[in-house]
Amino acid sequence: MNEILDKIKQKYSAEDVKVQRTGLAFVTVNKDVALDAVTWLRDYEGYSHFVMMSCVDWIEDGKFQLLYLLHNPVTKTDVGVKTLINRDNPAMTSGHHLWKQVWTYQRELKEAFGIDFPGSPRVDENFVVEGWVDIPHMRRDFNTKEYSEETYFPRPGRETHDPATYMREQLYPNQPVTAKRKDNDK
Amino acid sequence: MTVYVKFGYTLLGLLIVLNWGFLMGATFRKIGARVAGRYGIPFYQPWLNLLKNISTRTTITHGVMYYIGPVFRLTGGVGLFLFMPMVFTGDPAGLWTNYSFEGDLILILYFQVFGMLGMALGAGQGGHPYSAMGIARGLAQHAAVELPLTLAFLSIAIQYDTFSVYKIVEAQQGGMMNWVLFTNPFAAVTIILAMLGAMGHSPFNLVKAPNEILIGPATEFEGTYLGFMQSAGSILHVMEAVLFMNLVFGGATSWIELIVKTFLIYFWSVFVGMVFPRFKIEQSVTWFFKVPLLLGFLAIIIYSF
Amino acid sequence: MSEKDMNYKVSQMLKRSETNVSNAKKSFVRPEDEEREVVAPDGSIMKVNPIYDYFSGKRPEEEKPKNGIVEKFLNWARAESIWVLGFGTGCGSIEIPPLVTPRFDMFRFGVQMRPTPRQSNAFIISGYLSVKTLKRVIRTYEQMPSPKYILALGSCTINGGMYYDSYSTINRLDKYIPVDVYIAGCMPRPEALLAGFMKLKELIKAGKAEKANEYARNFDEYKANQKKIIKDWNMPDYNW
Repeated sequence: MNEILDKIKQKYSAEDVKVQRTGLAFVTVNKDVALDAVTWLRDYEGYSHFVMMSCVDWIEDGKFQLLYLLHNPVTKTDVGVKTLINRDNPAMTSGHHLWKQVWTYQRELKEAFGIDFPGSPRVDENFVVEGWVDIPHMRRDFNTKEYSEETYFPRPGRETHDPATYMREQLYPNQPVTAKRKDNDK
Repeated sequence: MTVYVKFGYTLLGLLIVLNWGFLMGATFRKIGARVAGRYGIPFYQPWLNLLKNISTRTTITHGVMYYIGPVFRLTGGVGLFLFMPMVFTGDPAGLWTNYSFEGDLILILYFQVFGMLGMALGAGQGGHPYSAMGIARGLAQHAAVELPLTLAFLSIAIQYDTFSVYKIVEAQQGGMMNWVLFTNPFAAVTIILAMLGAMGHSPFNLVKAPNEILIGPATEFEGTYLGFMQSAGSILHVMEAVLFMNLVFGGATSWIELIVKTFLIYFWSVFVGMVFPRFKIEQSVTWFFKVPLLLGFLAIIIYSF
Repeated sequence: MSEKDMNYKVSQMLKRSETNVSNAKKSFVRPEDEEREVVAPDGSIMKVNPIYDYFSGKRPEEEKPKNGIVEKFLNWARAESIWVLGFGTGCGSIEIPPLVTPRFDMFRFGVQMRPTPRQSNAFIISGYLSVKTLKRVIRTYEQMPSPKYILALGSCTINGGMYYDSYSTINRLDKYIPVDVYIAGCMPRPEALLAGFMKLKELIKAGKAEKANEYARNFDEYKANQKKIIKDWNMPDYNW
């Protein structure tokens, strides 16, 4: 494991190498060499199983963080390759030639975050939501509650109660609250 | 006896057959429920379903054949009834012999396919892909059923030297040992096996398999058309049972006997269906081409010499 | 799959995504369904609009009930023979299968499942409804023959339930299709569903379950609400 991490550091000048636990490590590499690193891990180091690909929205830094998680079925270890891309006009080199399931992940990311993967097959088709015209719905600046209230006719009169307090008020209004109960309420 | 009296009795017979068919259908559902440990539908549910279907307000159309499909199916059932002697009274022109005549066995064979073909045309115009699948499966299976069935019919016809159902019934009178079941066992066993396919219950119900291809040929039919088709289905079920009763089990000398015998014949297929799961279409076709077809050939060969 | 087939498939898919990009992005109608001019075999040019040529664009009409005792009799038959469409929309659809098991057995009450919308007259909206499913629900509902009834199951159909702030699920079902009976709960037990069927029977017998006519009467309002949230409207306004 550590050998591989050292090699990645040397070959792709990886930063922020973090071993999460035995058999799981994350590295952050530059956007330009991220797919090279993934390809190298797949072809030379035996990380042939593509687990998943996901995205984190770092809105304060103006960055999207992409994660390619790979698994080695022989040594039973995982390596996550992270990379940061710009939040304005986000685009990333497509990895559809590496695994077929990457197509679907890239389609999902295109719909949910608006990240473009030029050349990826069917990347412009709907993934989950049909006919979406607003900003991509998984971005953090999209306010889902506001959107729901504007669009879906909220029924007035909706209120929320803490179940423990509400039940006590309704069922045993005269009973004093004991110290023990107070602790439980936390 | 005038023509009108005969006509009236025939209509009355049709009414009895229709209601008996509904009751048998309900009993079939009830037995299915009991096997599953449920209480099941009330016995009058089919009549309510018919009323509800007729009272549907919307009707859609897919063209002329779409209308004619259910009518063809009903014609198949009613035609089967019209030329079938129901109750043996000793008089060839008796009250309950309907319009049977010399050679009606051939006509009855034709009417068995008639409803199926009508459905094929109607459902084909409905345009639903599942209808077409149901029809394709239905016709394939029907061809496989008809082959052993026809061989057995011919064997019985050769045995009694007649194509009249009435005469076949007449020849079987006078005790159980005169039934075709005992005088021509190969033909009888062929019919008893092929009957399972003709009734269309569980091992051979891929035609309308509700979990796989919706409801098969009837997918696009609604309201009154569906009511028509359910009535036709009930009549067809009873008439198939009456046909096999006449050919193999010695006919009936009264309505009570008819009801008891058709009930037992119908429920032979129902009980088999309760026990055995559904066949795939290639399985069911090959099943009919094995034992029933072989027995049918044997029945023919024995009576040809 | 051989290498050659694989390459062909990839090239086809690439081609498809390219055409998708080149088409106007905001039009959701599929290219083969767009209104266009075609050249007939005899050389004349004719206009085709596949959506309205394949499906009827006719508006629904109100269908008046029959008079007095006849309608009462028919309503009794309808109430005792409710055919439910087998269509699960959300998590509540898992509450329907127990109804056909020995424990709850809805067949006792004349309630039966039916696999096709053409033959069913009750529709259980089981739980939360995403916009994507709503589109299918509307198509299916409009294909059912009148009189038709809707049972809305779970609090998600009433006010959005726990998904009230979701960007993809609706909050109030009755803004989009008329609802006969609401069954509250998250999730309602099968007994509650049976109670809902009993309530529906009462309504039908009293002649109050005429929501299909209400849908026809307020058709424009319902359509406006539906089109407000279904942005990719690529079907006719009324599906027979």
